[in-house]
Amino acid sequence: MGKEKLEQTLQATLDKGDKLFVPYIMAGDGGLDVLTDRIAFLEEAGASAIELGIPFSDPVADGPTIQAAGLRALEHKVSLKDVLDLLKTTRNTREIPIILMTYVNPIINFGTEAFAEACEESGVDGLIIPDLPMEEEDHIFPHVKEKGIALIRLAALTSPDDRLKQIGDRTEGFLYAVTVKGTTGAQATFGEEVGPYIEKLKTFTSKPVLAGFGVTTPDHVRDLSQYGDGVVVGSKIVSDFHDGVTDTIRELIQASKG
Amino acid sequence: MTMAQTIKDTAHKKGHFGQFGGQFVPESLMPAVLELEEVYEEAKNDQAFIDEMEDYLTNYVGRQTPLTYAAQLTKELGGPQIYLKREDLNHTGAHKINNALGQALLTKRMGKKKVVAETGAGQHGVATATVCALLGLDCIVFMGKEDIRRQELNVFRMELLGAEVVSVDQGEGTLKDAVNEALRYWVAHVDDTHYIIGSVVGPHPFPAMVRDFQSVIGKETKDQVKAVTGRLPDAVVACVGGGSNAMGMFAPFVNDSEVKLFGAEAAGKGIETGKHAATLSAGKIGVLHGMMSYLLQDEAGQITEPYSISAGLDYPGIGPEHSFLKDSERVTYKGITDDEALEGLKLLSRKEGIVPALETAHAISYAREIAEGMTEDETLVICLSGRGDKDVTTVKERLGGDSHG
Ligand SMILES: Cc1ncc(COP(=O)(O)O)c(C=O)c1O
Repeated sequence: MGKEKLEQTLQATLDKGDKLFVPYIMAGDGGLDVLTDRIAFLEEAGASAIELGIPFSDPVADGPTIQAAGLRALEHKVSLKDVLDLLKTTRNTREIPIILMTYVNPIINFGTEAFAEACEESGVDGLIIPDLPMEEEDHIFPHVKEKGIALIRLAALTSPDDRLKQIGDRTEGFLYAVTVKGTTGAQATFGEEVGPYIEKLKTFTSKPVLAGFGVTTPDHVRDLSQYGDGVVVGSKIVSDFHDGVTDTIRELIQASKG
Repeated sequence: MTMAQTIKDTAHKKGHFGQFGGQFVPESLMPAVLELEEVYEEAKNDQAFIDEMEDYLTNYVGRQTPLTYAAQLTKELGGPQIYLKREDLNHTGAHKINNALGQALLTKRMGKKKVVAETGAGQHGVATATVCALLGLDCIVFMGKEDIRRQELNVFRMELLGAEVVSVDQGEGTLKDAVNEALRYWVAHVDDTHYIIGSVVGPHPFPAMVRDFQSVIGKETKDQVKAVTGRLPDAVVACVGGGSNAMGMFAPFVNDSEVKLFGAEAAGKGIETGKHAATLSAGKIGVLHGMMSYLLQDEAGQITEPYSISAGLDYPGIGPEHSFLKDSERVTYKGITDDEALEGLKLLSRKEGIVPALETAHAISYAREIAEGMTEDETLVICLSGRGDKDVTTVKERLGGDSHG
C-alpha cells in the first residue's frame, strides 16, 4: 500500500536487472470507460507503475499533446472525484502501483484532507504535483504523508545543486528528473547536459531516478535509462492510445527490459 | 520617497498575504522566480535604480499625473468633492506602463535581453512593447486568438513597436490562456528571458513587485489631495481586473484606517447569470498562475471562463493581496455590471469631457453609489486607470450608435 508498495515494486524490478518504465496516461481521454482496460494493458505489457493524469483546465507544465488530451477528458466531464471513484471500485483488478499526476487546484477544491483520504481508499500509491515546489509543500504534504502516500518530487535542469540536494533528500517513491527546459511533449534529441545531470541526481538521492519529459523513442528509453534507473513516458503514450496504436507502446516498454 | 517605504509585508510569511499568494510554479521556474526576488530586493534599495526609474517616469511616461477636480461630476452627484487621478494621461494611455517600465529596467539589470508578456485587451502588451522598444529589448507577446480578433488595432500597435505577437489557440483563446502560454514560453526560455506579467498576479515576487511599481499612483494622490484639502481623502475607488491600478492606489492608504477603500470588479451580465468576472464576489479559493487566491471555478476545480464587456477585467483570478484585503475587510469590493459601467462611461464623458476606458468606467459607476453616502465636506478620489480610445468601437456596438443612450 502506498509509498511502501511503490518503493518495493520498483526495487524488485531493478533487482531483476531491468530498468523502470512509468507510462503516463490522461484519465478520461477517450472517456472514463477505457481507463481500466488501458491500465490493464500497460500492466500486462510490463510497465513498472502508472502515472495517471487528472485533467485540468490550465496545465502550465504540459505541452500541446497532453493539453489536448486533457481537453478531450474535460469534454467527457471527467473530474478528480470520478477518477478516484473508479479507482476505488476497480481496486482489485490490478497490482500495478498507481501514481496520480494532478495540478494543485483540483486538490484544494476537493479538500486536501478529503483528497488524501480518498487516495488511500482508492489505492493510490503516489502523487506527482507539477506546480507544487518545495516552498509550497506544506499545503498538501502533511495530509498525504499521514496516509502513507508517496510525494514524488521533481528536479529541473535549471535547479542549482543545493536545491537538487534538498529535492533528492525529500523525494519519496522515486525522483522525477525533468530532462528538458520546457513543457512535456515529444522531442527528437536531448541536450548533452542531460546525462551528467541524471548521474549527479543519483548522488543526491537514495531513491531511483527516472528521466521524463520528451522521452519518445525506444532509443531515448535506452539512452536515458543508462544514466539513471529508467524513464517516464507521457506525450508519446498519450498520442498512441489516442491513435489506437499499441504495438509502439509495447516496444517502448520492452526497451527498458534486460 | 523611496520604493522601499511602501513595503509593508512584515506581518506576512514571505511572499504571502495571509493565506494568499505563494509560489505555485514548476520547479523549472523556481530558480528564475528566486533570482527575480533577489534582484528586485536589491534594486528597490539601490538609489541609482530608483533615480533611473523616476527619470523615465517623469521624462518619458509624463508623471506626475494630474489630480483633476471633477466639478461637474461633484455637482451632479451632490455628495463629496470628487477628484480624478489621471492615469489616462500617461504615455500609452493607462497605468500599465508604470509596471512595464519597472520590470523592463529589472530585465536589463538581470542581464536578460528578451521579454515575454501576456495581454488581454492589448493595453499591457502595448505598454510592454513600448518600453522594450525604448530600452532595446526583444519582445514577444502572447495574446488569445479571440482577443486578437477583438483588438486588431492594438495588435498592429504592438507590431509597429517591434514586438512579435503570438496567437494563443489553446483553451478559449483569451487572457488566462495567454498567461498559460507566456508561462510555458518562460519555462523554455528562462535563461535569457524575463516575464513581464501585467498585473498584481502570478507567483511571488510579482504581486508585491507590481504593486510597488504601481504605488506611485497612490503616493502622488496622497500628496496631491493633502496639498488641496490639507488632509487625507475620505474614500478612494478603483476598478479591479487583476488588481494592479487598485493595489497601486490603495497600498499607500492601507494603513490609514480613516480612508475608506473600494474596488469595483466586473459583474458582466449580472453575477446570477454566471456571465461575469466578479472573482471576489463569486469565486472560491484555489491556485492558478502560481498564486493562491479567489478564482472563478466549477465544482470540480476547473477554472471557468470569465466574461466582461471590458477585456481588461476579463480574468478568472485576482491579485492575492486583494483576496487578503477582502477577507480582512479593509477594502470593500462590489460587482458592477456592463450596463452600469456604460452609464458610468457616458456620465464622465458628458460631465468632464473625459472618455474613460471601459475598465475604469466600472469605478465611476461604483463612485456614484459611494457618493450617495457621503457629504460635501468629504473627498472621494476615483482612480482613472485609462482612457477610452481603445473601447469606442465596443461602446458604439453596444449603444447601437445611440450615444445619447
Ligand atoms: C485602463 C485599464 N484599467 C484597468 C485594467 C485592469 O487591470 P488591473 O486590475 O491590473 O489594474 C486594465 C487592464 O487592461 C486597463 O487597461
